[in-house]
Amino acid sequence: MNRFFDLPSDLQHSWFGLIGLHLREALLPVLAGLVVALPVAQLCVRFRWLYPPVLGLTTVLYAIPSLAFFVVLIDYTGQTELTVMIPLAVYSLVVLVPAIVDGVRSVPQETLAAATAMGFGPVRRYFQVQLPIAVPAIVAGLRVATVSSISLVSVGMLIGNQGALGNLLNDANIYHRPELAVNSVVTTAALAILADAALVLVRLVLTPWMPRGTRRVRRTRTATARPEPAAQPVLEDAVR
Amino acid sequence: MNVLNFVNAFFSDGAHWHGYDGIPTRLAEHVQYSLIALAIAAAVALPVGLVTGHYGRGGNALALIATAGRALPSFGLLVLMVILVGFGMVPVMVPLVVLAVPPILVTTYEALRSVDPSPVDAARGMGMHESRILFRVEVPVALPLILSGLRSAAIQIVSTATIAAYIGVGGLGRYIIDGLYQRDYEKVVGGATLVAVLALATLGVFWGAARVAVSPGVRRGA
Repeated sequence: MNRFFDLPSDLQHSWFGLIGLHLREALLPVLAGLVVALPVAQLCVRFRWLYPPVLGLTTVLYAIPSLAFFVVLIDYTGQTELTVMIPLAVYSLVVLVPAIVDGVRSVPQETLAAATAMGFGPVRRYFQVQLPIAVPAIVAGLRVATVSSISLVSVGMLIGNQGALGNLLNDANIYHRPELAVNSVVTTAALAILADAALVLVRLVLTPWMPRGTRRVRRTRTATARPEPAAQPVLEDAVR
Repeated sequence: MNVLNFVNAFFSDGAHWHGYDGIPTRLAEHVQYSLIALAIAAAVALPVGLVTGHYGRGGNALALIATAGRALPSFGLLVLMVILVGFGMVPVMVPLVVLAVPPILVTTYEALRSVDPSPVDAARGMGMHESRILFRVEVPVALPLILSGLRSAAIQIVSTATIAAYIGVGGLGRYIIDGLYQRDYEKVVGGATLVAVLALATLGVFWGAARVAVSPGVRRGA
């Protein structure tokens, strides 16, 4: 066990270095996905006819396997980090667009009317009313995107050791050191769970108005439209 | 360098169409792994999701299990399993099942929770037994969502079964992994295309299944 953190020198990184690399390769694509998804989702909300084709396209994009996506990109971006990050950004985009669209759509009509009556223009209404109310749905999408992104980076090992913590798996094989594989899996899973918890905290901070312990509220099966109940099935919808 | 040229070259080469490394063999292996993994995952996740969704309990526990399942890296799990139990089908199935359980579990639970409570109450008022309420009222209404959870799981399995080739079993991943090591880019792109097509075919199969299985009334409402 004392060799658990004693990484072979061919990785050219310490354990913390690999974690940093892993987080960068996993989180930058999610951020890029979010930046692209927000305007795309807004367009889909604005022009309803746009949503079904966009949804179809994203479902098809999500069906492209990561390894296939990586190797096709090698042709253009070489065996680099970028090759790993582009597919992850696309997957994040695919998860986030439906999550944001359904979140923004779940804002009650009366709330929008109230904002308009208060003199909010469309831009201010979007940023100060629709987006904050859609936060639970958006964060739910971000959680799925982040966790799967962190787990997928490891596959990058297969294309020229671009897998950050996943590179430990190869070293575990070639140096016969199984503890390195355990290290890789445990560290990656821990990173994913911590990132997930961090996003839950972000949601709690951003949505002070939401009742704590949402599940209990839901069990009463009230018919009133709450953003959160809508968010969960939608989120799984997005993962397809 | 054009990807389409590689695709064309790969598929027009007659040698790729027969033998133990031919496209039909590899495709059959891939489909076989995917079906077994999906069957195991569904056998585990569907009953749990149906029961918890029906009684509306354990949602938080399910969410925790789902997060843990998603957090485990499939590729890492694959390599780790080989180290722990040796080569064979078990190391391939474990990551695929772990990958497929969360979407089936969570979607099934949420699907049953999203069923309109009034018909369920009506069924209960008519004296229907709990299991009949579940299978005659709740499941038909929730079927589109349940199917989409299965679809999500199936697509992820088909995509991820590719990495099984890394530990020496068959499947379409063989072309990608072998091609990478042999620097045979044509083979890599051909394999990638096949996996993508298979994933899209899975999408189509589930679309068809939803057309057949979902009752017209439910479909119109959705």
